[in-house]
Amino acid sequence: MKPVTGQKTLLSVRHLSVGYESEGKLLPAVEDVHFDLREGEVLGLVGESGCGKTTLMLSLLRLLPVAGRITRGEVRFGGQDLLDLSETEMSQVRWRDIAMIFQGAMNALNPVLPVEQQISEAIRRHDASVSAAQATRRVEELLEMVGITANRKDQYPFQFSGGMRQRVMIAMALACRPQVLIADEPTTALDVMIQAQILELLLELRERLGLAVILVTHDLGVVAEICDTVLVMYGGMTAEYSDVDRVYNHAVHPYTQNLLKAFPDLSQPNARLISIPGYPPRLDALPSGCRFSPRCPAAFERCHQETPGLYTVEEGHTARCFLVEGKV
Amino acid sequence: MSAVTTTSFGTIWRSARRNWMALAGLSMLAAAVIVAVFAPLIAPYDPKADLKVSIDDIYAPPSAAHWLGTDDAGRDVLSNFIYGARVSLIVGFFASFISVFIGGTIGITAGYFGGRVENILMRITDIMLVIPDLPLAVVLVALTKPSLMNIILVIGLLGWTGTARLVRSQTLSVKERKFVLRAKAIGCGHFHILRRHIFPLVLPLLVANTVLVISLAILEESTLSFLGLADPTTLSWGQMLNFAFTRGGVSAGAWWALIMPGLGIVWVVLGCTLLGQGLEQVLNPRLEWHHLSVGPKMVARGAKEERP
Repeated sequence: MKPVTGQKTLLSVRHLSVGYESEGKLLPAVEDVHFDLREGEVLGLVGESGCGKTTLMLSLLRLLPVAGRITRGEVRFGGQDLLDLSETEMSQVRWRDIAMIFQGAMNALNPVLPVEQQISEAIRRHDASVSAAQATRRVEELLEMVGITANRKDQYPFQFSGGMRQRVMIAMALACRPQVLIADEPTTALDVMIQAQILELLLELRERLGLAVILVTHDLGVVAEICDTVLVMYGGMTAEYSDVDRVYNHAVHPYTQNLLKAFPDLSQPNARLISIPGYPPRLDALPSGCRFSPRCPAAFERCHQETPGLYTVEEGHTARCFLVEGKV
Repeated sequence: MSAVTTTSFGTIWRSARRNWMALAGLSMLAAAVIVAVFAPLIAPYDPKADLKVSIDDIYAPPSAAHWLGTDDAGRDVLSNFIYGARVSLIVGFFASFISVFIGGTIGITAGYFGGRVENILMRITDIMLVIPDLPLAVVLVALTKPSLMNIILVIGLLGWTGTARLVRSQTLSVKERKFVLRAKAIGCGHFHILRRHIFPLVLPLLVANTVLVISLAILEESTLSFLGLADPTTLSWGQMLNFAFTRGGVSAGAWWALIMPGLGIVWVVLGCTLLGQGLEQVLNPRLEWHHLSVGPKMVARGAKEERP
């Protein structure tokens, strides 16, 4: 197991529920999610497309689209509930305390501004006393930190390759020395070599700056390699939440178990990959009972009727499944 | 910063130079502006000078003294035409600046903030849009004292709806782009986001649109003057047409008094249209080439950088 990180909890999410308004109804995109993020911890957030990962991350920063509503729960950071802050206070927390690397680096950079101006925007936004020259120096420092030579600061996003753009995004995310970094699929659309480099960079920065990272990803291999804890989501709800070892070796939720089977194992190259039949539920047509029950190989009568609670398997290991309830 | 600005203007100029529409339109407009600015030097007569008019001077056909003949008051048509360019262009430019400013502000505000703000602003725009411009302009000009200023204001205040809708739709598309979300995540305020991230991407469209609005404003001024609603002491092309029509130019067969102002209007409007369309092509490079296409431009640049 990886060295246990600092014990101080930075971010603590409880009962967080988010919905999208559509035609007068509120469609639940995220329901009753809990997790804690300690100093220096890397939390992996995995799940299929559309299971609410990005919604959950955007709601932490309160940057949901217009139709999005946080209906319940709390997001405690530094002794206060971020959901209670005014918009002005929240805009102070954004980037200074919690920064985000967005999915798709090209789109997250303004195509008509040189990268320096986009990075210094964040710096000067949060500290008006920083002079233009100081901001430039800090930008150069940040670029060097992510492995880009400082003299490229005046270039435009289209002059960078995909991996370099992602490095620019990381530099930008670190501009205000945040404590928490949310990385929303930072390596999708990059080739494997560049993926590895970017992940290594994230890990190195975590060591050096003591960052806590939430890594949103589809890639279970990445999770196994760099995460300390894993939150598996299904249909907007927590399926299983624990440290990475227990999730990989003693997964209790059938969804997690099947997800792991659907991932190629290099030690058994001839083994068949198993896919989970069916599709993830649509928000406007959620099944009754457990949301995974229509696809679950272990489902029984009760699963189709009641929604399971979040049961504790052992200290620091929770799962939302009736099978666990029986065991405990 | 200045280096950046010059490169981008240089880039625009370089590709505008290869666009015949933009170039033709620009030349036509430049010619009109030069004529208007240097009117006193070019015009053979001063149209405001007191004239002793004999009956033979009225609607006199083209001659050595009056290349394009004379009008109903015995004044030189060529000189009137040259001075008339001033009024048409002044009205065209100022009125279109007013309407582009109003339309741009309303469009970007409505598009960015959405919700109730957008609803109110766009409903106002719709109302303005369904009221026929010309009758309303006629009423407004008729109610106010006919003066150059009033004509400019009326045209400017009535002509912004198209710009507002155009800018709104462009803003709607730009604000959905991820870097706007990123700017919000950074903690940027609305004004900053509008100025730094949205406006620069709306600007090219606005510039091309402005040129087209200028031509509309010139046409509208000509129409109002032709209908006799302008200050009779300022001489514009529309006014010349008005006088030729109402004061017996047609029955006198004085084609020279009619053709020149008409040509002038067509010239400037065509120039604006060509420039506007050409600019649209130049400012939207996606229509033309992208960064991976191999062209003379790229080869030339590579060669330059390789030189020690």
